[in-house]
Amino acid sequence: MNRVQLYLLAGALTLAGMGLFLYKACLVGFPMSHKTESTTWKVEARLKFVATGKPVKASLLLPEQVKGFVVFHETFISSGYGIVTTTEKENRQATWSIRKATGRQTLYYQATIELAGNSRPAAESLPPKTGGTVLEGTSLQAAKSLMKEVKKRSADKAGMVAELITQLNRKDPHDNVKLLLGPKPTRKKRVTVAVRILNHMGVPARVAGGIRLRGTVQDFSKKTALIHWLEVHNGKGWVSFDPVTGKSPVPDHWFRWYIGDGSPASVEGGDNLRTVFSVRPMVEKALSAALNRAEVSHPFLLRFSLFSLPVSTQAVYRVILLVPLGAFLLVLLRNVVGIKTFGTFMPVLIALSFRETGLLRGIFIFVLLVALGLVVRFWLERLKLLLVPRLAAVLIVVVGLMAMLSVMTKSLGGNTGISVALFPMVILTMTIERMSIVVEERGFGEALTSGLGSILCASLAYLVMNVKDIEHLVFVFPELLLVLLAATLLLGRYTGYRLMDIYRFKALAGG
Amino acid sequence: MLRILRELKRQGILAINKRNADYTLKYNPRRLYPLVDDKLRTKQLALENGIGVPPLYGVIEVEGQVRQIPEIVRDYQDFVIKPAHGSGGEGILVISGRTNGKFRRAAGTIIGREELNHHVFNTLGGLYSLGGQPDKAIIEYRVRFDPTFEHISYLGVPDIRIIVFLGVPVMSMVRLPTRMSDGKANLHQGAVGAGIDMATGRTVSAVLENDNIEEHPDTGNPVIGVSIPNWVPLLELAARCHDMTGLGYQGVDIVLDKDKGPLVLELNARPGLNIQIANRSGLLNRLDTVERYRTSLGSLSDRVAFALENF
Repeated sequence: MNRVQLYLLAGALTLAGMGLFLYKACLVGFPMSHKTESTTWKVEARLKFVATGKPVKASLLLPEQVKGFVVFHETFISSGYGIVTTTEKENRQATWSIRKATGRQTLYYQATIELAGNSRPAAESLPPKTGGTVLEGTSLQAAKSLMKEVKKRSADKAGMVAELITQLNRKDPHDNVKLLLGPKPTRKKRVTVAVRILNHMGVPARVAGGIRLRGTVQDFSKKTALIHWLEVHNGKGWVSFDPVTGKSPVPDHWFRWYIGDGSPASVEGGDNLRTVFSVRPMVEKALSAALNRAEVSHPFLLRFSLFSLPVSTQAVYRVILLVPLGAFLLVLLRNVVGIKTFGTFMPVLIALSFRETGLLRGIFIFVLLVALGLVVRFWLERLKLLLVPRLAAVLIVVVGLMAMLSVMTKSLGGNTGISVALFPMVILTMTIERMSIVVEERGFGEALTSGLGSILCASLAYLVMNVKDIEHLVFVFPELLLVLLAATLLLGRYTGYRLMDIYRFKALAGG
Repeated sequence: MLRILRELKRQGILAINKRNADYTLKYNPRRLYPLVDDKLRTKQLALENGIGVPPLYGVIEVEGQVRQIPEIVRDYQDFVIKPAHGSGGEGILVISGRTNGKFRRAAGTIIGREELNHHVFNTLGGLYSLGGQPDKAIIEYRVRFDPTFEHISYLGVPDIRIIVFLGVPVMSMVRLPTRMSDGKANLHQGAVGAGIDMATGRTVSAVLENDNIEEHPDTGNPVIGVSIPNWVPLLELAARCHDMTGLGYQGVDIVLDKDKGPLVLELNARPGLNIQIANRSGLLNRLDTVERYRTSLGSLSDRVAFALENF
């Protein structure tokens, strides 16, 4: 019965811990490693115009949460303007307005964009009703014969679109194409024409305008041109096509800013509107990017995480969360391996202080302090002091020794001086006391065995606790502690032999 | 290594994890521990149950009472001071005689009043107690052991450890102090452990640390084939300790006094596992047997008979 309960409990804990962990790691996208970097892009749209002294109303289409990208940290910079964001047909739109303005005006929109495979896109708009007569007269005739040609050469919708694009991009275009595109056609013109033809054919299609997220960190605030491409609805969703090569979908770094063949920005009450887009890559720790992302997608999750704490408290928890790990390691070392140590969790605390001093230096300081403390302790023994005053005396001596050690290393040019102070002196005192008793009661060998065992455990705990990825894991995914708890509970019922039992009962096995 | 593990398993060697999880935690309710952890309570309980224990001379509970020690031991040439909550034989001071107002320890060294007091102060401070909490010091009768063991022990008092499981004595050994163990009767301190055949009460094997031996390392006398006198009453005494404390799995330490007969020195709720080495045999099979027949084992005589017959 107890066992069933234990297994159920451990199973539930593991399930809860791993579930939350996998959810955060895979769906929210918290990175598993502290080193993972992710690239985010700072994009900016600048609207420049000259106000004519009348009321000004400037609008800009804004990027939405598009599949594969996350848009966050949106800011609008403008002095004196009121700002409203609305949704106009397929686009989000920001409108700046002011009663009166004269002279040069600059309005900014900034946002951070992250490439992410698993963000939640905004609901895709349904394909619009098609069949409107945008094409007329000769254009219509040209379009019809072009489509006849295209259909002949393609089997399905995707092939048809690709073929249409090929026709529109031919070096020696057909007369029909020439007529449709007009002289010196731009890329945008080609897309617009393709959309019109497709819509006329009853195929839902639209123009997508966007920018390329490209460049290096050095290219500070690089201006980038708007590019346009084709989006065709295949019955399930919108599929993008490169209007020059016909490739589908378009490259990952093409970020759709808006939909439609118009201009993304417009102004009333101003002249000479110029819209400048710029993009700048930012290399960021994947963690902060994930946090930014989660702020948008899972605000609740973040509010109840360690990240909601002040930074200084977070730093403390980074260390505290390692203690359970060290404790678990100690369970393994003591109950499965069977190493003897002084004090149950003393090695974990020593390991924590090793984090400050480094391993070898830490061991050296530890051994030195314990050895010096033992000398003093043996001398105190002759004074026949009562137990608690004697412990206090050793504690005072330990603190004094630590201070001396700090001063000495400092004057010798070392910088270990400061970090020594983090050695847990009470634990050290108890270690010295117990060690001295063991020496007297059971001899030096026994004391040395336990002492070495303690150092070994502390070193192993340090090695595990000092792995940056592990520190990262337990801090970002504290729910892993539930899994650790489950494992500890199970080990609590481990009734098999310890590794040291082999040595202990070796004689019985005839070995 | 795997071979050793398999062999240990085959022989039914009980190791510490299993002892704790499946025996002490399972059969020894926590609330009963104070009965055996506090030797003073054990002593009182034993007296109430008519079980022989070394007579108590006095108890030192606070530092101020240390002055009363000379008064307490005035009438006795020899005595023992031990912590009420000690474990593993630690902190036991055996005074075997006096010279010029000083005390002679069993090991032969002479200590003064001051050192004696210091030992008591340490004891009161909790130096030897489990968990280091403040303790009491017991001053009691020093056992004059039975001549059976005279030639096979060095200095200290040899004692008989019997593991009693659910009231059935399952395994026993006699622990013989050596020069190496400094007169103490603990195997890990270097005492000789001699396994006793449960049916006959005769020692059949002996170890010193991990080595098989046949003779006492200090006296050279054979330690195998020694018959323990009054074996069956001894088993009964051990089995009665179960009825007295209610602990399912315990170690009973008995000394044979020349004049007073068998005396229970202490009970142990977490008895050690070295007894298996001394007996060259595992405990698990015997414990399993007792668990299987536990319902049919009621009376004291049944249980002792069961042990004599099966182990």
